[in-house]
Order: sequence, then C-alpha cells, then structure tokens
Amino acid sequence: MQLVLEKRAERSNTIALVSPLIAIGLTIVTMTILFAILGKNPLLALHAYFIAPLTDGYSLQEIAVKATPLVMIAIGLSLCYLANAWNIGAEGQFLIGAVAGSWIAVKTQGTDAGAWVLPAMLVLAAAAGALYALIPAICKVKFGASEILTSLMLVYVADLFLDYLVRGPWRDPHGFNFPTTAEFDPVATVPLLIEGGRLHLGSIIALLVVAAAAILLGRTIKGFEIRVVGAAPRAARFGGFNANQLIILTFAVSGALAGLAGIIEVAGPVGHLQPGISPGYGFTAIIVAFLGRLNPLGILIAGLFLALTFIGGEQAQIAMKIPLDVTKVFQGILLFYVLACDSLILYRFKLVFPSRQVTRGAG
Amino acid sequence: MRKSLLALAVGLLLAGSVGAASAADKLKVGFIYLGPIGDLGWTYQHDLARQALVKELGDKIETTYLENVPEGPDAERSIEQLVRAGNKLIFTTSFGYMDPTLKVAKKYPNVHFEHATGYKRNPNMSTYSAKWYQGRYIQGLIAAKMSKSGVLGYIGSFPIPEVVSGINATMLAAQTINPNIKVKIIWANTWFDPGKEADAAKALIDQGADVIMQHTDSPAAMQIASERGKLAFGQDSEMIKFGPKTQLTSILDTWAPYYIERVKAELAGTWKSEDTWGGLDSHMFAMAPYTNMPDDVKKMAEDAQAAITAGKLHPFKCPIVGQDGKPVECKGGDHLDDGQILGMNFYVKGIDDKLPGK
Repeated sequence: MQLVLEKRAERSNTIALVSPLIAIGLTIVTMTILFAILGKNPLLALHAYFIAPLTDGYSLQEIAVKATPLVMIAIGLSLCYLANAWNIGAEGQFLIGAVAGSWIAVKTQGTDAGAWVLPAMLVLAAAAGALYALIPAICKVKFGASEILTSLMLVYVADLFLDYLVRGPWRDPHGFNFPTTAEFDPVATVPLLIEGGRLHLGSIIALLVVAAAAILLGRTIKGFEIRVVGAAPRAARFGGFNANQLIILTFAVSGALAGLAGIIEVAGPVGHLQPGISPGYGFTAIIVAFLGRLNPLGILIAGLFLALTFIGGEQAQIAMKIPLDVTKVFQGILLFYVLACDSLILYRFKLVFPSRQVTRGAG
Repeated sequence: MRKSLLALAVGLLLAGSVGAASAADKLKVGFIYLGPIGDLGWTYQHDLARQALVKELGDKIETTYLENVPEGPDAERSIEQLVRAGNKLIFTTSFGYMDPTLKVAKKYPNVHFEHATGYKRNPNMSTYSAKWYQGRYIQGLIAAKMSKSGVLGYIGSFPIPEVVSGINATMLAAQTINPNIKVKIIWANTWFDPGKEADAAKALIDQGADVIMQHTDSPAAMQIASERGKLAFGQDSEMIKFGPKTQLTSILDTWAPYYIERVKAELAGTWKSEDTWGGLDSHMFAMAPYTNMPDDVKKMAEDAQAAITAGKLHPFKCPIVGQDGKPVECKGGDHLDDGQILGMNFYVKGIDDKLPGK
C-alpha cells in the first residue's frame, strides 16, 4: 500500500480557501514542537508571537509600519504574476525609487523649498521605479531575455548605485564619513499620522493601492485581460489580447509601486538615505504576494500577518529570550507549508495498492 | 539557566501576562546588539560583559538583549521595544544606532541610554568608547618588526574616524621601525561578514601583505592568515584559537567594568549623561598576550604598552605630517587633541591609498 498524489479533475475551490489555514495550523504545530525542544513554554511563545503584538496600540502601529512596504510591493508583484510576468527584482526597483526620491530631498536640503518637495519625491520615485522595471520587461519582449534573471540582477546594480551615492557625492558632510545622507528636512519627510507614534501617511497610501488593485482586477477590462493572459494564454491570443503589452504594463506598475514604497520608507521611518534601508522587502514581498494568493485583499492580510511575525518575533526575543533565528525558521516553515498545501488544490492524496498502478503527476 | 527560565516563563503564564510582576522590583537593563552573540568578536564581547554584569549584580537586575539588529529602520523599533518592555537603562552597542537611540531617548526622558562609539548625547543619553588607537599603535610596532615583505594588510570596516585613526596610529608606529613600510587597505564596508572578511584577507595576502590586521569583527581573517602561514592580529576578542601560530596579539574589548559601574550608578540613582572615552589606563580595553614573536619584540610591545598606560607615550605625538605633505595642526600641545582624533578624516604621510570620499 502506498500514498500517492493524484491530479484532481479540476482545481478544488474549497481547498483553495482553507489551504492557508491548514498551512498556518501546521506551522503552529511544528513551532510548538520546536519551542518545546528549545525548552520554552509553547503557549507563552505563541502568545508572544501572535497575541501580544495585537493587544496594544504601539505594536499595532509597528505592524502597520512594517506591513506598508510589503503590501505595496506585493500588490504590484501580484499583477505581474497574474499576467505570467516574473518580476523578481522589486528589491532593486524599491532601492532605485528611494534613490530617485532622495535626490530631490538632498538637493533641496537647507533651502526654503516648500510643500512641493514631498509630492515631487513620491512622483519621481514611482517614475524611476517604473523605468527601472521596464528594463527587464523590454529585454523580455524585444529579445526574449528571461525577466527572472535580468530583474534579479538589476537588484545588485541598484544596491551598489545607492552605496556609491551615500559614500560619495551625497554623504552627510557632518556625518563623520559614515555612509549616509544628512537627515531630510521636514518638508521632505512623510508626515506621521499620530503625534509621537510611528504610523505614517504611507500606510494610507498602501490601503489606497490595495483598493485600486481590487477595482482594477475585479471591475475593469484591463484587469480581466491580465488574468486571462496569465491563466489561459491561448484563449487570450484568440481574444486579441496583447501579452507583450501586458508584460510592459504590469512591470511598469509594479516597478512604480516598489519605487513608491522605497521613497516612503526612506522619507518616513528612516529619515535619510543609507545602505541597508531594505531588510529584503522586495523579496519578502514575493512571499506576501503568494501567501495572499495574488488577491489584493489577501495580500493586505498576508502583509499584516508577516509583519506580525516580525514584531512578535522581537517580542518573543525580549520576553522569552527566543533567538532571532527561530523567527526566520518560523517564516521559512510557514512558506513551506503554504506551498505544500497549495499542491492539494490541484492534487489529492490517494492510497494505492501496489502492482499494476503507475504513479503519475507527483512531480 | 534554562530550567530557571522555564520556571520564570511558567510563573509569567500563571500571572496571566507577559513581562509583568515577578521581577517588578529588579532594574531592567537592555542591550541592542549588531551581530549575533556568536560572532566571536564585537557583539560577543558585549555579551560577555553583560554576563559579567549579571554575575555581579544578578540579584538586583534583569537583562534582556536583542541580537542581529541592523543599523537601519528597524533599530529604532527594537530600541523602543526594549523601553516598552520596561527596561530603564539601555545599551545600544554600535555606532549606527546613534540617531535611532537619540530619537527614542528624546521620546522617553525617564529612560537612560548608553550609546557606544557615537558623538551625539542627550540629558538621558551617554556615550562611551575606548581609545583603541593606543592598541593599534602597539600593533603597528609589532607589525613593522615582524613583517618580512614590509607590506601590511589592513581590513577596514567603514572609513569613520575610529577606523581611520586606527590606521594612522598603526602606520605612525610602524614608521618608527621601518620608514618605508607599506600598508594595503581594503574596505569591507561591513562590521561583520565572515565571507567578505575572508576574501579581503586573501586579496591582501595576494598583494604581498604578510601581517594582516582588521577592524572588522569576525575571526575569518585570522583563519585565512593561519591557512596561508602569515601573521595576524585579532580584533575585539581573543582569537588565538583560530590561529595558534598566527595571532600576535588582539585588542580585547573589556566592557564589563564600565557596564557594572554604570548599572551601579543607575541603581544608586546617580546616573548622569556622560561622555566616556577610556584608554589602557582605565581598562576600557586590554591587549591579549603577545604571542608568536621573538622576546625582544615582545619586550618592545610591553614597554610601549606600559608607556602608553602611564601617559608617557602618545600615539599621535606631534609633529604629524598628513598625506598631502603638510604638517597637521597640533591642538593638544605636544600631541593631537581628542577632538582631532575623534573626528579624524585624513591619512598620515606614507599611506599609499586614497581615503574613501576624499
């Protein structure tokens, strides 16, 4: 007797709905075992991870701050992925957006430039992110170059470019040679929503982005095109949809959103440009996009959930001295289970009795 | 330790809320670490000091640390998390935490902060650092004596004054032994990245360096030097086990006395915002045993250490000539003053390299 995966006749919508829940359940079981092995009380640890951060306003703010760039980038990525365009380089578009927006902030520093500075920074950052994302998109459409590789490689170019700027021309003259620009002027800073807190305008922008994406995908022809091109490329061709045009469009939009997230992070929580402004937001957002099943509302929830694990991980470190690495293991396990459970949407377990049966489709 | 933690955890569970009661009358002291506590360098030494602190005052205090906190947007949140968890005295142990620490300090005037190696202070935020350039001077003397090729390899982290003054002190010392000594410098642009540090060490050795010195935090360079049969200096911690036949000495960060003193002040209610910059005389750092060198070199190193400790020898004794050939203004009488060293942004003559950003 043998347990095999068998392809379902059609995708199971029930499983599609419950699979994230199964994944989270399995993650919690695994983590409970892990906590027990580490000699920590699993109940307390899970409380620190999932409940404690939700119980006070301060942590809720921090979750929103952390989720803001993740959600914004993931929304853009989801459009790409729905259209079968694989933008892996959101991290680079994030950095280029941060750099482009910072350019205005650095150049107007100490001048009496007015309220136009921040809006200009946001617009320029979005434009720069879009242009940067167009490089792999055009290479893909014109020359058939793999957008996965080119967009990924451009991450390192952006990273080093930022590095060069803050070590060279943009370095804070009073910063003792440390690689950072001077603190941005107040007109170049994203306003806070709560006095003395950290929640900033960027979180509102992220919510607007989620709403816009939901409308685009649910209510417009363009959104329909994106989904058809991704799900049924042949049907899309018969329908007269231009797949290449959509690659260009979705890349540009996702680049713009990543760039916008970049400048909001720099002009918001950070306050100046420096290396290491992103602890891998562009990559974590890929997880967020898939965890949210490429659905705007799902992405919002997934982004908040992932942010919760970051903040909870920190609180677990403080309250229970659980090492930071456990948080990373935790996130890895979660993604693993999500992907594993997703295979149940298209496949199902089946008990087979050996002899003539040939296993198929278990790849 | 583990059992008592579990007991504490269970107690907390019974109490019904995390971080309440049980230790209410103990002073909570928090630490923010840049690397993992297992980096065997910078963070490791801070954590050793924390453990010493617990050993000394464990019945009166409770310590908490957050490790691997990047010097970026997350630092401010991490520091604030410690504040919100009830810590009243918080040590932020890397230069890059300066602005985040200051931001949080201004927000919580009743919490005291101690920031390592920075220059911004507040009524509730002290700074502390050590005059490591004194140790670098001793290393420079040893290096010049021990190098056969006359080329030293130096792995820099960031071109900030602390690191630049270390390079200058090394070279000023080395030039008193061998006026033609050369130094090759590689900027790793990181405090802790064993892979990069190892690559830098390899590149330096390939360029002819036979004594490797570093201002980064892992023992990777020591291991490479050991593999290649070269000599090296440790950094932050005792690294002799990574190069039993390689390590000449190491600058050991010894934060424990300072931490104990500051926590005692906090307990006594006499804590004040201060700027502490201690040298060999105040035991802010120490030199590891002088090993893998002939007795006369060892004696020279010990004599120099004694002279610096006694205040008879100043590494930045005037006259000092800058890289551009012009003498450097001597603001401290017969040596550079502290301000010039703390803000050092030039190379001395004889360094065949361009200071990044100059």
